[in-house]
Amino acid sequence: MTFIAKPRLHHPTLQTNKVGYTRRDYEGRISTLCAGCGHDSISAAIIQACWELDIEPHRVAKLSGIGCSSKTPDYFLGASHGFNTVHGRMPSVLTGANLANRELLYLGVSGDGDSASIGLGQFANAMRRGVRMAYIVENNGVYGLTKGQFSATADQGSKSKKGVVNNDSPVDLVGLALQLGATYVARSFSGDKAQLVPLIKGAMAHGGAAFIDVISPCVTFNNHGGSTKSYDYVRQHNDAVSRIDFITPGQEITAEYAPGELVEVTNHDGSLLRLRKLHADHDPTDRYAAMNYMHQHAAHGEVVTGLLYLDPLATDLHTALNTCAVPLASLGPDRLCPGAAALEKINAALR
Amino acid sequence: MKRIEAVNDFVIKFANVNGSGSASANELFAKAVMRMGVPVSPRNIFPSNIQGLPTWYEARVCEKGYHGRRGGVDMMVAMNPQTWDTDMAEIEPGGYLLYDSTRPIPPDRFPEGVHVLGVPLTEIVNEAYADPRQRQLFKNIAYIGALAALLDMEDGVFEKLFAEQYRGKERLLDANMKALHLGRDYALAHLPCPLGLRMRRADRVGDQIFTDGNSAAALGLIYGGATVAAWYPITPSSSIPEAFEKYCHKFRVEASTGQHRFAIVQAEDELASIGMVVGAGWNGARAFTATSGPGVSLMTEFIGLAYFAEVPVTIIDVQRGGPSTGMPTRTQQSDLIACAYASHGDTKHVLLLPQDPHECFEHSAAALDLADRLQTPIFVMTDLDIGMNQRLCKPFVWDDARSYDRGKVMTREELEAGKDFGRYKDVDGDGIPWRTLPGTHPTKGAFFTRGTTRDPYARYSERGTDYVYNMERLLRKFRTAAALVPQPVHRPASQPTRFGVIYFGSTSPAMHEALDVLQAEGVHLDGLRLRAFPFPESVPEFIAAHEKVFVVEQNRDAQMHSMLVNELDIDPARLVRVLHYDGTPITARFIAGAIRKNMVWHKEYA
Repeated sequence: MTFIAKPRLHHPTLQTNKVGYTRRDYEGRISTLCAGCGHDSISAAIIQACWELDIEPHRVAKLSGIGCSSKTPDYFLGASHGFNTVHGRMPSVLTGANLANRELLYLGVSGDGDSASIGLGQFANAMRRGVRMAYIVENNGVYGLTKGQFSATADQGSKSKKGVVNNDSPVDLVGLALQLGATYVARSFSGDKAQLVPLIKGAMAHGGAAFIDVISPCVTFNNHGGSTKSYDYVRQHNDAVSRIDFITPGQEITAEYAPGELVEVTNHDGSLLRLRKLHADHDPTDRYAAMNYMHQHAAHGEVVTGLLYLDPLATDLHTALNTCAVPLASLGPDRLCPGAAALEKINAALR
Repeated sequence: MKRIEAVNDFVIKFANVNGSGSASANELFAKAVMRMGVPVSPRNIFPSNIQGLPTWYEARVCEKGYHGRRGGVDMMVAMNPQTWDTDMAEIEPGGYLLYDSTRPIPPDRFPEGVHVLGVPLTEIVNEAYADPRQRQLFKNIAYIGALAALLDMEDGVFEKLFAEQYRGKERLLDANMKALHLGRDYALAHLPCPLGLRMRRADRVGDQIFTDGNSAAALGLIYGGATVAAWYPITPSSSIPEAFEKYCHKFRVEASTGQHRFAIVQAEDELASIGMVVGAGWNGARAFTATSGPGVSLMTEFIGLAYFAEVPVTIIDVQRGGPSTGMPTRTQQSDLIACAYASHGDTKHVLLLPQDPHECFEHSAAALDLADRLQTPIFVMTDLDIGMNQRLCKPFVWDDARSYDRGKVMTREELEAGKDFGRYKDVDGDGIPWRTLPGTHPTKGAFFTRGTTRDPYARYSERGTDYVYNMERLLRKFRTAAALVPQPVHRPASQPTRFGVIYFGSTSPAMHEALDVLQAEGVHLDGLRLRAFPFPESVPEFIAAHEKVFVVEQNRDAQMHSMLVNELDIDPARLVRVLHYDGTPITARFIAGAIRKNMVWHKEYA
């Protein structure tokens, strides 16, 4: 949220994508977050991903809760409808929006306070229901807007800027998402755009509940020596499980010469996720192995990033509810109202 | 010994044990009365419990057509030893007691002045049926059979009902018929049939239907075009989404594909259920949730967001006894203020106040239109008494020419044509801004919805002038709502009077009876039945036209009274509170008594 409107200057030679938009068309208002905030990098990655996916911005509905992270949807996709809801309860609003119109793409942006504390129940239930969306948590382990309190993802033993030690064990949203039935689960780092952009692209194209936990250091309150969510800590302990490329349907698949095992996963919409596995022992289609793998590495203080789990055949809440193909929001009385004659029959049965 | 003599005008109460299968037998009795053309209004009085605790079914038979609870019991069917003493105490002098005489009961347990009728129900059914569950269930049908003889009910009424109910299920039909006849034959052979209480065919039901408010509300939501329902189970509202789902499966499944033109989610809690409704409303679907007081408490933050962000939301609040868990299975009208001003900050919400199942249907359908038109939460304030009890009411009506009022939604074409779009701009002077739905246009009309303040073009703003413009516009919108909501219904006295009475919702049937009773005594009052909040202009006019106005409601703190004083700047001295809040439905006896007592101070009634 900002008072400053972004100047609409377009360089004449800016490259356009297949739907005729430049990268600038995916931007929003000027960010009011602190300079160097990881969240702004994530916004940039979302812009890049949507541009590369040739998504028409107005076909995206972006929803958030409350907090620094939840302010960010104002800073990208300015031509999209956005909804800054209440603290921790973006998932339910997104679920309702999705039920009303299944034709749009849903992007949920949340923070660790938003999703792991007040909104943990809604986060869990949205994952379990398989709402089709890309759910991104911008995770900095701290409450920034209220000036530096620990959030529920802060690691046990980590220190606040004031030197207070956190005694509580952390909520691991990735572990929860895996357990609850999310069908696309990834972790990334706001400082690793090369990894984050394809992960977001994969999540946007996914047919079910896609979750990405993005470690996004808070430069003001949680970027110091004692923090496990600082730039330095994550850079030192980042253990990427894979590097991925996302290839949209019909796009030429170029030859791959990089070392390491290559896994190609075709999504329901024909898009392709190509994973260059850095860890040969990780199978991204095995939910339980992914949980094990992540926990084992976490025990050694490592932050495992990359695509941890994927079900390429995932379905969503609409499939479960067997809703019609036409958006419910567009149905009129002719499709919804049983009419006076049916009502007279009901009356007759009640006499 | 004097005995009550009454034809088509008495109260019969069944004292049963929860889970014993008595509900369907008792309902059968009420339906038989209705089929004889005699108005009947039954009420379930039940504990917050699954099985084993006492439950009562009280049916008022009233040829004059009063549906309110009368008070007192003319005949008790006492099937629950646990509540024997309290049940006996309720029987009016000269009244009747029907009980299971299989095991002897000491004579001192029978109250004096009551006609005791013993039927060895357990013995009769044990001889006729071997299966333990059948023995239990058919005991209930057998006492209905005995009543048929004792009250001299028309031959064939029950048989016809059974035939309809068990069409194609011959074994069930025969077994039920047998139990009915066992009870009837015993009564005819051993008891003084008929009693002083009797049934006689009348023609007072007409084309009325017999249904409960929750089913009716669900049907109204179907007809009104709700497509997204999100809910969390809570008594006494749960049967609304359940009935909605049933009707959806009947009317909203595409024949060719089997796909659904609806989405129903049982959410994880009330917060999520209202959140889904807000999301669906924002995205253009007609969405609702149904809940009760504790659910409304949990929803209030979202209700504030929907009010301020201007999102259509429909909430059916089936009120029960509060505060907190209060009396979950008893009735009250005590969520008025909690709903009218739900959430922090300055808010005002539209309340609709149906009086019976017919209006539950009408108001639920209207709520969806109003929510879209006004882009705001609309509450349909029913209660347990209307919601969970069957009542005779006018049949449901629908005009096939009626289309849905989707309100001010700017289309792609209008945006394309260059129409100015300011999401929170009052272009029409009615306080209602235009909105666009997500996905409408590639470059125009997108806006950011938020709970923080903004300027008329939906841009974040903390300027005081922008905030005040917005808040004043919301107030203007609320005034516009007063003309759009269902208007009050006047019930003038038969002669000019200085006294008036204001009432609403489920109080209405008892109120109409009380007005007739008082009029017969020479006490004349003009009645005004409120059907919505905000109050239309006719409400202050009504109050101004009377020296004293009684406000009758079912809560402790006179919530409607407070709202009238607060919203209309009325001198509180002009309004007299008549309050009933013990969890039972208000009676005409209570209302007439309270008004009479107050009137003693006025020598001249009119």
